[in-house]
Amino acid sequence: MSPIVVECLNHWFGAGEVRKQAIYDVSLEVDRGSLTILMGPSGSGKTTLLTLMGCLREVQDGSVRLFGAELKGAGIQTLEAMRRRLGFIFQAHNLHESLTARQNVLAGLQVHGRGDPARHNVAVEHMLRLVGLGDRIDYLPGNLSGGQKQRVAIARALVSNPEVVFADEPTAALDHDSGMAVVRMLKTLGQERGTTTVMVTHDNRILDLADRIMTLEDGRIVGDQRKTP
Amino acid sequence: MTRLLAALLGRLPIGWLQLTHNRGRMIAALAGVAFANVLVLVQLGILGALNGTVAIAYAPFEADIFISSSDANTLTDGSPLSRRVLFRALSDPQVEAAAPLYLANVDWTRHDGSIATMIVYGLPVEAQAFAGSFIREALPSLAMPDTALIDRGTRAADSEALSRVSPEAPLQFEVNGRTITATGNFDLGGSFSADGSLAVSDQTFLRLFPSRISGTPSHILVDVSDGAESTAVVARLAERLSPEPVKVRTLETAKADDLTYQLTQRPTGVIFGFSVAMAVVIGLVIVYQVLSTDVADHLSEYATFKAMGYPHRFFLGIVLEESVVLGLIGFLPGLIVAVGLYQFVAGLTGLPIEMTIARATSVFSGTILACAASGTFAARRLRAADPAELF
Repeated sequence: MSPIVVECLNHWFGAGEVRKQAIYDVSLEVDRGSLTILMGPSGSGKTTLLTLMGCLREVQDGSVRLFGAELKGAGIQTLEAMRRRLGFIFQAHNLHESLTARQNVLAGLQVHGRGDPARHNVAVEHMLRLVGLGDRIDYLPGNLSGGQKQRVAIARALVSNPEVVFADEPTAALDHDSGMAVVRMLKTLGQERGTTTVMVTHDNRILDLADRIMTLEDGRIVGDQRKTP
Repeated sequence: MTRLLAALLGRLPIGWLQLTHNRGRMIAALAGVAFANVLVLVQLGILGALNGTVAIAYAPFEADIFISSSDANTLTDGSPLSRRVLFRALSDPQVEAAAPLYLANVDWTRHDGSIATMIVYGLPVEAQAFAGSFIREALPSLAMPDTALIDRGTRAADSEALSRVSPEAPLQFEVNGRTITATGNFDLGGSFSADGSLAVSDQTFLRLFPSRISGTPSHILVDVSDGAESTAVVARLAERLSPEPVKVRTLETAKADDLTYQLTQRPTGVIFGFSVAMAVVIGLVIVYQVLSTDVADHLSEYATFKAMGYPHRFFLGIVLEESVVLGLIGFLPGLIVAVGLYQFVAGLTGLPIEMTIARATSVFSGTILACAASGTFAARRLRAADPAELF
C-alpha cells in the first residue's frame, strides 16, 4: 500500500480579493521505500505540497491520505499522531537555539514518550555520529556552521526511524560531499527499512539517486519520471 | 539543575534551558517579575499597616465585651456613654466585672515646638484585669494624680530617651495646661490618626479633660464570668440595654467592625484598597508582558516542535515550567526589596508595616498563577496556527 496518496488536491493562500491558488488538482501516489524528488522553479508550490502531505498545513480541498488515514478534516490528535510517524527536514534548519545538538536530537525521540534515557542517549549519539557530528555532540547551534546545523536537523528527523521523511532542500546548506552522503543515507534507509522519502530540491547532483522525479510548475504536476531499476 | 529538572519532568527541561540560554533576557524577565512583586507587596504592606494600627489602638486594654455608643465607628469618634450603662451591665449575673474606658486625643507641644497628637487612655487604677499586659503592672502606680505612662514609639520622639523614663527618672511635660509626670513607658507607636499614646488613670483623665464629667466614659469594658458564653451575654446585654443608645459587641467584633469601617468608609482605607487593586493590575500586565514576549520569541522553535508531533500540552508544560522558574527566582529579590521599603516607610512614618508569611505566600502563589495564566494565554496563538505558518 502506498504510504502517501494525494487526490485532486487544491490549495489557496489568502482570503477574499487576494486569494491565490497555489496547488491545482494534484494527484499522486508514492511507493513505500522510494526516494521521490519534487522539482520546479521557486513559487511552483513544491514546499506547499510537501507541507500539506506532512500534516503541517490544513488540507482545504481534495484528499491526502497518509498510511491510509485521511488528513482533510482530521482532528488535532490524528494530525499529531501522524506527525510523530514522519520525519521533517526543513529548509531552514529550525534547531532550538537553547538546546545542544544532543538535546535537539533527543527532542526527536522524546516526542514518543518518556523512554529509557540510557537507550535514548545511545541512539542520539549514534545518529549524530552517522551524520558526521560525533565530535560536536554537546555544541549549541550557535557554535555550529550552517552545514553542521543542517546535519543536526537531519539527525533529529531520522533518529526515531520515521516511516516517511519529508525533506525541503536538505542539501542546500551542505557541501557536495556531505550533501551526497545525506541523500545516500536516505536512500539506504529506504532500501533497508522501507523508509519513504519525498524531497524538494534544486540540486541537480542528486537526481541520479532518485527513484522518481516529479516536476511542478504553477501548482500543477507537469512531469513525472520514474526510473526503472 | 538541568539534570534534576530532566528527571523531574521526564523530558528535556526546555523552559529552563531557554531561560538560561539568554542571560540578558532572563534578567530582564526576572526584573519585571520582581518589580511586580515589589509593587503588590508594598501596597499590601501599607494596607496591612492600617490593620496593624487598629490592632495597636485596641492593645492597651482587654475585655470580653465592648459596649460603645451607638454612633461609634472607631475608638475615638463616638459620643460618651452614660455611667448608668455600666451599672446596668453589672447587674447581669454572668457579668464578672465592668470598667469604664476613657479616650480622647490631646496635643502635646514638645519643647522643640513640634506637636504630637496623643491618644489618652484612661482606666480606673483598680481595673488591672482590663489593662493590656504592658500597662497592667504599672497601672496602680498611676493612682498618683497627673502621672502617666508614655509611648516610647511616639512618632518623631526620641525613643531612646523615652525608654529610660521610669519612677526613678520621671519625665515632666505639659498637656492641656497641666503638668503631667511620666513614670514609665511602653511601646505602641503611631497610627494614621495619632502619633502616640498615653496611659493615665481615670482620675487624671478627668483632670486633663475637665469637660468630661466622670459619668461619661467613652466605652465600657465587660468581662464575663468563667464558663459563660460571651456571645450569649452580648445578646442578653443588648436586650437589657436596649433603651440606651449603645451597641454591645464582643471586643473582637468591635475591632473587626472598626477595621472594616476604616477600610470602606474612610478615605485613607479606600485609597489604600484602590492602590492595591492598581498594583495587582499593573503587576499582572508586567507579568503578562514578560511571558507573552517569551512565547513570541520562541514561537518558531515551538512551531518546529509542533511539526514534530508534540501536543499543545507540551508547550503549556514549557510555559508553566518557565512561570515557576521566573516566579520562584523573581520573588526573592522582590521580597527583599519590599522588606527594605517596609523598613524605610516604617522608619519614616512610625507605622507598623511588617511582612507577614501569609502575605508573602499569597503574593508568591499569585505571581506563579499569573505567570502560568499569562503564558497559557500567550500560547493560544500557537494552538490555532498550522506549524507551516509559524516558521
